Amino acid sequence: MTEPILEARGLCKTFGALVASDAVSLDLRNREIHALIGPNGAGKSTLIKQLSGDLRPDSGQVLFDGHDVTALHVAGRARLGLARSFQVSSVASEFTVLQNVLLALVGRERGAFGLFRRVLSDTRLTEPARGHIARAGLAGRERDRAADLSHGERRRLEIAMALAQAPRVFLLDEPMAGLGLEGSGEMTALLDALRHEAPILLVEHDMDAVFALADRISVMAGGRLIATGTVDEIRADPEVRRAYLGEAVS
Amino acid sequence: MSLSLLLEQVLNGLQFGMMLFLMSAGLTLVFGVMGLINLAHGSFYMIGAFACAGVAMATGSFFLGLVAALAAAAVAGVLVEMLVIRRLYDRDHLDQVLATFALILVFSEGTRYLFGSFPLYLDVPPLLSGAVALPGGIDYPVYRLAVILAGGLLAVGLFWLVGHTRLGIRIRAGEADREMIAALGVDIDRLYTIVFALGTALAGLAGAIVGTLQSVQVGMGEPVLILAFVVIVIGGIGSIKGALIGALLVGLTDTLGRSLLPVAFAAFLPPSEANAVGSALASLLIYLLMAGVLVFRPSGLFGAVRA
Amino acid sequence: MIRERYLNLALLAALLAVPVLAQVQGAPFTITLATKIAIFALAAVGLNLALGLGGLVSFGHAAFFGVGGYVIGILASHARNYEPFLTWPVEVAGTTQMLVLWPLAVLVAALVAAAIGALSLRTSGIFFIMITLAFAQMLYYFAVSWPTYGGEDGLPFYLRGDFPGLNTMDPISFFGLCYALLLVALWLFHRLHRARFGLALEGARQNPERVQALGIRPFQVRLLAFILSGAITGLAGALYADLNRFVSPAMLGWQTSGELIVLIILGGVGRLCGPVAGAGLFFLLEHWLGGLSEFWQFWFGLILLCVVLFARGGLIGALAKDQTHD
Repeated sequence: MTEPILEARGLCKTFGALVASDAVSLDLRNREIHALIGPNGAGKSTLIKQLSGDLRPDSGQVLFDGHDVTALHVAGRARLGLARSFQVSSVASEFTVLQNVLLALVGRERGAFGLFRRVLSDTRLTEPARGHIARAGLAGRERDRAADLSHGERRRLEIAMALAQAPRVFLLDEPMAGLGLEGSGEMTALLDALRHEAPILLVEHDMDAVFALADRISVMAGGRLIATGTVDEIRADPEVRRAYLGEAVS
Repeated sequence: MSLSLLLEQVLNGLQFGMMLFLMSAGLTLVFGVMGLINLAHGSFYMIGAFACAGVAMATGSFFLGLVAALAAAAVAGVLVEMLVIRRLYDRDHLDQVLATFALILVFSEGTRYLFGSFPLYLDVPPLLSGAVALPGGIDYPVYRLAVILAGGLLAVGLFWLVGHTRLGIRIRAGEADREMIAALGVDIDRLYTIVFALGTALAGLAGAIVGTLQSVQVGMGEPVLILAFVVIVIGGIGSIKGALIGALLVGLTDTLGRSLLPVAFAAFLPPSEANAVGSALASLLIYLLMAGVLVFRPSGLFGAVRA
Repeated sequence: MIRERYLNLALLAALLAVPVLAQVQGAPFTITLATKIAIFALAAVGLNLALGLGGLVSFGHAAFFGVGGYVIGILASHARNYEPFLTWPVEVAGTTQMLVLWPLAVLVAALVAAAIGALSLRTSGIFFIMITLAFAQMLYYFAVSWPTYGGEDGLPFYLRGDFPGLNTMDPISFFGLCYALLLVALWLFHRLHRARFGLALEGARQNPERVQALGIRPFQVRLLAFILSGAITGLAGALYADLNRFVSPAMLGWQTSGELIVLIILGGVGRLCGPVAGAGLFFLLEHWLGGLSEFWQFWFGLILLCVVLFARGGLIGALAKDQTHD
């Protein structure tokens, strides 16, 4: 068994009377796709935000590669290699595809304070950027503005940006959302290939994709993690069926 | 400094604070409900002052002047909202800043054209002139006491309006979610016009009230506008309560600072220097207060955490 | 439609040609007008860095403009009166050497920008606008109530600073200095825009959340942009003080901040030569409308209102073909 690269230990978070995370513990190991599922309002987003650094837990710890990063801000965690895509796709929309990926590379090399170091004419940046764009299936679209991309293409751009971050963990929040049948199929294939790059913590409602991709599945309901296991274990778990799968799959 | 002098300064601070509250209340509602930054709010203050001065001089009645100030500022508010401001709600803040900056130029120069560059002076009405003896043997102007009282009553009225009336419920709903209240069937255009005009009327009233204490002149609105910004930064955007607390804090800090600091410095500096250093530092106090609030509560004392 | 680059060259050539022709024809007023345009363009180049690239709507850039001016005014007046600026802990004399004064003005403006920026950038949106305005106003009132350097009346200092090998009181020579500094600032803006820093700054304007998730802290990038921006505007303030041989609290006033924003909008936000086009347009309008009516600001306000409501993109946007950033 490998050491977990990303680990949540007993995370608690409340908003007023609402308990969004109730002592949640979860880990992500190398070379796996770990899916996080649960009905709306189960606390998936709150958990993801605590892992990414957007929210500080009331108690509990977040460990990255064995180090406590609970107090580290979003940018710091990103620089450690935590790459993410957002629930609603989020890119710099006035920038071209290439500029967006370059931005990710600048973040990785901690180059934001390079006052005079050019970007677009620096092949040390543009060559790898083009590579990541091609891997995400956007070759030829480098000079298009992100705002002009279709929804599915923007999702791919986010993947290209995540690749550019030299990721050690992917944190993907509903990458299939709104993609349609064909789009989700392509995205599933893309994610399947990404697992060799870095392990993926995948929040997803698309059960076909989850069952096709996941090595392990964790199920959340009411702020608690009610089960973690392989696909077969989760399918068989009576509590999971009661809380969630009973409605989602027959 | 004797206790009675201190009491006098505290009352002056309260009076200044109440005037700032009238100025800030409308501004903070417009910020909170419409998400609009209105630099031209000071122009309505000026319009109120000129309307009051003009009518009071023509009729001899200060109270008719007050009514005229309220009416002029409210009507100007309705017109400006319908002609200009309405087009700005969906624009970014930069466009709002520019358009309302342009409005300042138009209003200021327009007023200069109508009334000339010389300041006008308003007399305190006979009913409110004179002074009352305070404990400690100091005479305090009735007019300033009346301003404090009127400000307090208006504050109570505003709290009631926002807290307990149908209009207030809509205002608060609009702050929370614009689409929601449109979905509830509220005429949002009319609601916005009403809120905007309510704010400008209060600003006009503030201008009219101050017109008797200072001179009435072009450009009088902007320094007060910037103070109102400080009030709102301290109190928090969209909060009437924040505007009241912020306004009183700013009013008291500024007034007491200006009277106490020179005295304090006189303890270890020669009088002329103490006066200079003291009053220069006093002019910084409210901004230091603002900086302090920003460090500890970036969205203001009573602001929602959304900055 | 013209390519923006040619338009920029034409603008800069015109700004150089007009005062040179005026020199030949002996029209010093025109030279002064061109100098004023160059100086305000320089100030607006500074603001354009924060506002255009960073999306930071600072309504307080008058603070840096005025601080730059007061550095010149204070040190120059000490030098002219042969009074040391500081006697303790070390004696520091005033100076009239521009080559000493300029870096000092830049440095002091940058420090003020660092302090104001560090506080203001904790917020965003409307709050940021109000706070920058308030801090600038704080300096304004401080200048008004501090009697040592003229207080409300301002501080005249009779002679411009000295520059090796030039008679700075000669209008065309002084214009040359201002023009050269404007070119340097434009080059700097261009390089920053095309650099990693510019990418990060523009990214933070469009989507701060995303930029943060890529490992870049928007606050730090914005603060650096704000400091550089304030420094450039401070240099412009220094030149403006020298042009008038006078500094007054008006340089720190909110109208100055408003005018700088107006210049950028008139010219085109975030565009390299937007500030030059805007400053040219603004002062020519002032000159022209001012000749027509005593109440020219009324008409200017109406024009501005129409530009904001109906013609976005500014002069350069209207004339140049919209370029994609590549």
